[in-house]
Amino acid sequence: MSKNKPLLSVRQLTTQFNTPAGVVPAVREVSFDLQDGETLGVVGESGSGKSVTALSILRLIHSPPGRIVKGSIEFNGVDLLQRDESYLQKIRGNSISMIFQEPMSSLNPLMKVGEQIAEVIRQHRQVSHAESINQALEMLKKVQIPAPEKRLKDYPYQMSGGMRQRVMIAMALACQPRILIADEPTTALDVTIQCQIMELIQGLKEETGSAVLMITHDLGVIAEMAQKVIVMYAGQVVESGDVYSIFDNPLHPYTQLLLRSIPVLGRRTRNRREKLQEIEGMVPNLLNLPRGCSFFNRCPQAQDQCRRQAVELREISPNRQVRCVIATA
Amino acid sequence: MFVFTIRRLLQFIPTIMGITLIIFVLLNMIPGNAALSTAGRLELSPEVVEQLKKDLELDKPAYVRYFNYVSRLAQGDMGTSYLRRYDVKEIVLTRLPATLKLALSAMLIAILLGVPLGFFAALKQGSWLDVFATVIAVGGVSIPQFWLGIILMYIFSYSLQILPTSGYGNGAFINLIMPALTLGIGYAAMLARTTRAAVIEVLSADFVRTAKAKGLSSARINIRHVLRNALVLILTTTGLLFGSLIGQTVIVERLFSWPGIGSLLVESIFQRDIPVAQGCLVVIIVIFLVVNLLVDVLYHFINPQIDYQ
Amino acid sequence: MLNIHKIISQKNLLIGGSIVFLAIGVAVFAPFIATFDPITDADLMLSEMPPDDSFIFGTDPQGRDVFSRVVYGARVSLSVGIVTQVINTFIGVSLGLVAGYMGSRWDDAIMGLTNIMLSIPVVVFALAIMAALGPGLFNIYIALGLTNWAYSCRITRAQVLSVKNSDYVKAAKVLGYSHFSIMFSQILPNVLGPVLVIATLGAAEAILMEAALSFLGLGAQPPTPSWGGMLASARELFFIAPWMSIFPGLAIFITVLGLNLFGDGLRDYLDPRNVLKSKD
Repeated sequence: MSKNKPLLSVRQLTTQFNTPAGVVPAVREVSFDLQDGETLGVVGESGSGKSVTALSILRLIHSPPGRIVKGSIEFNGVDLLQRDESYLQKIRGNSISMIFQEPMSSLNPLMKVGEQIAEVIRQHRQVSHAESINQALEMLKKVQIPAPEKRLKDYPYQMSGGMRQRVMIAMALACQPRILIADEPTTALDVTIQCQIMELIQGLKEETGSAVLMITHDLGVIAEMAQKVIVMYAGQVVESGDVYSIFDNPLHPYTQLLLRSIPVLGRRTRNRREKLQEIEGMVPNLLNLPRGCSFFNRCPQAQDQCRRQAVELREISPNRQVRCVIATA
Repeated sequence: MFVFTIRRLLQFIPTIMGITLIIFVLLNMIPGNAALSTAGRLELSPEVVEQLKKDLELDKPAYVRYFNYVSRLAQGDMGTSYLRRYDVKEIVLTRLPATLKLALSAMLIAILLGVPLGFFAALKQGSWLDVFATVIAVGGVSIPQFWLGIILMYIFSYSLQILPTSGYGNGAFINLIMPALTLGIGYAAMLARTTRAAVIEVLSADFVRTAKAKGLSSARINIRHVLRNALVLILTTTGLLFGSLIGQTVIVERLFSWPGIGSLLVESIFQRDIPVAQGCLVVIIVIFLVVNLLVDVLYHFINPQIDYQ
Repeated sequence: MLNIHKIISQKNLLIGGSIVFLAIGVAVFAPFIATFDPITDADLMLSEMPPDDSFIFGTDPQGRDVFSRVVYGARVSLSVGIVTQVINTFIGVSLGLVAGYMGSRWDDAIMGLTNIMLSIPVVVFALAIMAALGPGLFNIYIALGLTNWAYSCRITRAQVLSVKNSDYVKAAKVLGYSHFSIMFSQILPNVLGPVLVIATLGAAEAILMEAALSFLGLGAQPPTPSWGGMLASARELFFIAPWMSIFPGLAIFITVLGLNLFGDGLRDYLDPRNVLKSKD
């Protein structure tokens, strides 16, 4: 779509975990671009490698056992994988921020939430303690926490999950990052709260102009927020494209099944999520991947050739890629 | 906070009752008649023995004696020594400061050595420092304390001649060093182990990842986020260790002729001076319980989250 | 990294196991290993001799061979470790079974007692019992055997509670098995591992404690050769005859170290989570 040089360009990213049972290839040669101000959705089941991809970008993989073995992650033209830890510290929380899946455990239980927000401001901006608390208060207002002056002095345990996630968002956006990585930010929350949080992220994104990498298994969220989508399965990208073509004309059998499991697009019911898990069969064991297509064992259209050799990701039309031998534009 | 402290204090009462009962039963029932065995050994005349029996209410049933004992204890009366007829409370209180001084110094040594060692070992898992800490930790809990004390004596008093062998030295600091080290080193080892485990646990917590994602430096993460949270876990263990440490003062005091409650306890056991032994035991246990109460309150203060339980 | 920890844990098991095995061997075959009789071969002409070819650990003031006394001392220490842990484990497991299986008032009473036990330091409790019973090795067995059962009691109770409502125990009940046989066949095997770890570490603690109590003069009475007792009598002579202190102390240290390593290794072996904890 855009001719500009992308803000973030991930190429051939490969992340592995060394476990006693063997090497787990959690992310396999994942590539994508994120333009300034754009929202890119990353969809997949749990275990598809989408969270590991997100963590790899900021090099937050626990190492050992995790290790990025291949690829490049260019932010503003600089490969983050080639830079040292102190360079990354300047990027993290400042240019690229992240919100996590688990609001209940992602905040320090012994620190007042105001201080947790102020801490990131002081880290990246030359401001006094008082000023950083002041800005933290402003952020709490922005994420629409009621009685923010009072809440500033709360400890995480005094807040609900939704409130904590708002604090996480305030913390992530405190330094006006260019990119916000949201790793399933609503999975752990109630359905009604999910909506509010998503709307909040969407609103703040429009206000600040940050690009967003939205990681989710919720296709409804993607439909509402993203411009581009990549679909991941067993650590690989299986399909990518803009949101309209993916939803209107899914090419990969996995994407088709994912979409078919949504009863009414965009309507948030419990039912839909349950259905999503109803794709028959199991995600293959990453320790022992099949030689051919990873989706072979669950694919309704599987053919003999799919089993024999690995399937390459191919460009089927401009900005449209799919990893399936039978798919045609 | 206040309510919590009160509630903990109330829980204190049945524990104290249980403990005094056990001690009372142990020291007054099992050997049949401790006072008489004392009297027998000292070859007292029958009249004196009769008087002693009366004084000690040995003619009354056991439950009456226990009840009287507890109610006197509640008023701060610990009875009178069989042997020398002095007031037990007085002698115990004069010995108390020496024991507290020794125990607190040893605990301080244990914390100052053990926590940093365990902390850095956890941060550098698998490094030589970690291996060193692990070796120290296992060795430290396996070495007999009094033997360690003897070796320290050999090094510092005999070879280097820089520290006095034993004695209280009227409270001189130089006399405190070796007993406190002897008592503290084993606990430093245990604390290093606990700290290492606690820090490793905290390191894998989600909020540490958040702190990293905020761009904080590792030093800042380790101190403000990891250590602070690990200390909460370590605190409880420290309270329990202190109890065991208070018990071990008995042996170290004996080794270094330290005039504390521990020495008194051992002397009274040898002399079968039951009221004194009883008084020492009660005081040691009360110190332990008070320390654990303080630790609980402190824990509650640092981490108000546990309020709901 | 992971593998290093796994190897370390098995190394613990291996080294600890070898030491324990060796110590038991020394205790069992003491008459064949000792070069002199530990009690009767006393010759005042040979008192306080430093280590040499015939007395490899030197001699004590009575002219007895320190090496032979250390060898026989293993019997005292290991018997303390074994006897006290058999008693403790028996009490702990029995009370834990009753508390978990009977529930209600039994449970309240036993857990109350357990909490009281845990709030008295073991040394202090043991001293209280020694105060009541007087000095002697037999009394040490009792004092240390009655005071350290709280952990095995807790773990047994927890295990019973988690198994009690499981389908196979329900099935056993329906099939008419008695409470007793259910406890023995369904619950005990699950408790075995953790209890073994507790008993191994408890044995280490008991041996240290016996040495300390003997050092205070409350343990095995002379002339019985016990490591703690040897240290007690060597204390005054330390600067003159250090060998009398060094070897019994080393014997205690190595034996206790072996038991601790073995216990740790066993725990890691039985509960691989400990080893893999650094994984995620």
